[in-house]
Amino acid sequence: MNQPPPRVRVTGPRRGRSRRSTVVAEIDAQTVVGDIYIRSLMRGQLRLALAVTAVLLVAVASLPLVFERWPGFAAHRLLGVPLVWLLPGVACYPLLIALAWVYVRRAERNERAFGELVAQEPPWSEE
Amino acid sequence: MRDLAGTLSVIAIAAVALLTLAVGVFGLRISRTTSDFYVASRTVGPTVNAAAISGEYLSAASFLGVAGLIAARGPDMLWYPVGWTAGYLVLLLFVAAPLRRSRAYTVPDFAEFRLESSAARSTSSVLVVLIAVFYLVPQLRGAGLTVQILTGAPSWVGAGIVGVVVLVNVAAGGMRSITLVQAVQYWIKLVALVLPLAVILVLRSGGVHGAIHRIHAADWGSDWAPGGHSLYLTYSLIAATFLGTMGLPHVVVRYYTNNDGRTARRTTVVVIALLSAFYVLPPVYAGLARGYLHGSGNTDTIILGLPSAVLGGQLGDVLTAVLAAGAFAAFLSTSSGLVVSVAGVVGQDVLGRRIDAVPAFRMAAMLATVGALVLTAASSGLSVAHAVELAFAVSASTFCPLLLLGIWWRGLTGPGAIAGLVAGGGLSVAAVVAASVGATATGFLGDVLAQPALCTVPVAFVVMVGVSLATARHRPEHVARTLVRLHTPEAIQVDRGGFRARGSME
Repeated sequence: MNQPPPRVRVTGPRRGRSRRSTVVAEIDAQTVVGDIYIRSLMRGQLRLALAVTAVLLVAVASLPLVFERWPGFAAHRLLGVPLVWLLPGVACYPLLIALAWVYVRRAERNERAFGELVAQEPPWSEE
Repeated sequence: MRDLAGTLSVIAIAAVALLTLAVGVFGLRISRTTSDFYVASRTVGPTVNAAAISGEYLSAASFLGVAGLIAARGPDMLWYPVGWTAGYLVLLLFVAAPLRRSRAYTVPDFAEFRLESSAARSTSSVLVVLIAVFYLVPQLRGAGLTVQILTGAPSWVGAGIVGVVVLVNVAAGGMRSITLVQAVQYWIKLVALVLPLAVILVLRSGGVHGAIHRIHAADWGSDWAPGGHSLYLTYSLIAATFLGTMGLPHVVVRYYTNNDGRTARRTTVVVIALLSAFYVLPPVYAGLARGYLHGSGNTDTIILGLPSAVLGGQLGDVLTAVLAAGAFAAFLSTSSGLVVSVAGVVGQDVLGRRIDAVPAFRMAAMLATVGALVLTAASSGLSVAHAVELAFAVSASTFCPLLLLGIWWRGLTGPGAIAGLVAGGGLSVAAVVAASVGATATGFLGDVLAQPALCTVPVAFVVMVGVSLATARHRPEHVARTLVRLHTPEAIQVDRGGFRARGSME
């Protein structure tokens, strides 16, 4: 009887890894993997921008409605000045600067993290 | 107005005009190539660039118009300066870094690059010219009013002076000179507004205790009381200013002069700080005007009368001249920026195909200025701040959706963008033209004509998204690569595609 030949392990170079070494290469080749990384960067930055926008809307853009709804609050005086003058006239500006500063720090942090991520090998790759 | 104030003001205005021209001619020696003309070759540091952006942005409306409006109509008008500052925050959040990374000089460049459609480019170019002219007209009108009230000369004199200085300067030096001029203009304007105020407060407040007493005893008015005003108008103003800043032609072109996306962001933070320092001042002028000036004159020139009314004598005349100098710095800087941006677009799109870029740039500057002068003579008496805000409304109804959707949504198509630009632009331009020729309506329609943005911005977004979804097969071929370029930091070595803005030397 003919015995089937014994099983042998076939090995070769790890072609998937060597062909594309980093995420940057995946992005350049416009693979699904590269696209996922770009989408995650965009989503992170967009979420940050929308969060800051939400603060802007609640803290600043809501004021005309608040003044309309609660005239007593609008007329309330701080340092002798009614809030309807003081909040949009002065107090808004430090808040706008602070929001801008916080946003820039976070956005740059997101980009640094992305830079470190894409310099590495992807954890999985397309074949 | 008294003779001395008139004479001193003429000297002050002449000094600002000559200073502007001198810096412009100095810049002529540096600007030689096409790239110098269009965007200063991006050799400008972020702090200088932030001062330049602010200097260019603080127009007749900020310097004269808004204080008068606040004095006449109360705290609802505070939303003008708040919106003009918050517009930069929105720009920072959604547009600043990606716009710089796109390497577009102008919105039409961006449209062509992102949508791969020359029709989208042409539509945007028409809108740039419209927005710039709507914005330029109130600057020239403010200049005419200022010269008229200070010297008695007819209003075309002031408008003509601004037109000639801007034209000589832009045609001679291009953007390089303008960047330096604009940075200086910010500080001229700030000092010109701070100095008279400081003198008035020191001499008339009666010390710290006197000032506190006056603040407590002052009549703060009741023009904000519920029912007495329209929330629609306030929120439409907020929509126009928060969303309109990102599309202004003279703002967009400045983002190219940043080195990279990161610098673009940091420049914007400095801009917000510089604008904040400036915009706390007009309400104080408005408060003083409420206390000292009881007649209801033209709101656009209220603050020019303040030093004489409060202090009188020669000191009042000198301070009036300081304000006149600041006002002219405002007219000149904003007008220069607008003419450069229009000239850039018209020069590239229309004239550039037949003649060389540099002569085209000069000829386009000439055409834009002369056109705006003619329109200024033809338009009716809309207040300067309101007229400027209408230019914001057009920008918010067109370029805001184009930039936001173009940067963050890969579904935007060329046909969708064009449909949205035509819908939002058509409606908002119709409202602006109606307001400019003095058409009015009663009730809600009247409010919509006065402040169209809250209606026209959503229309533009809905049309842009809707038509894009319906034309999904027209998605630009390279949209994936485009988004890589817009969002990936420059430090990462990645394929960004081959787009170069027209006339670019990069």
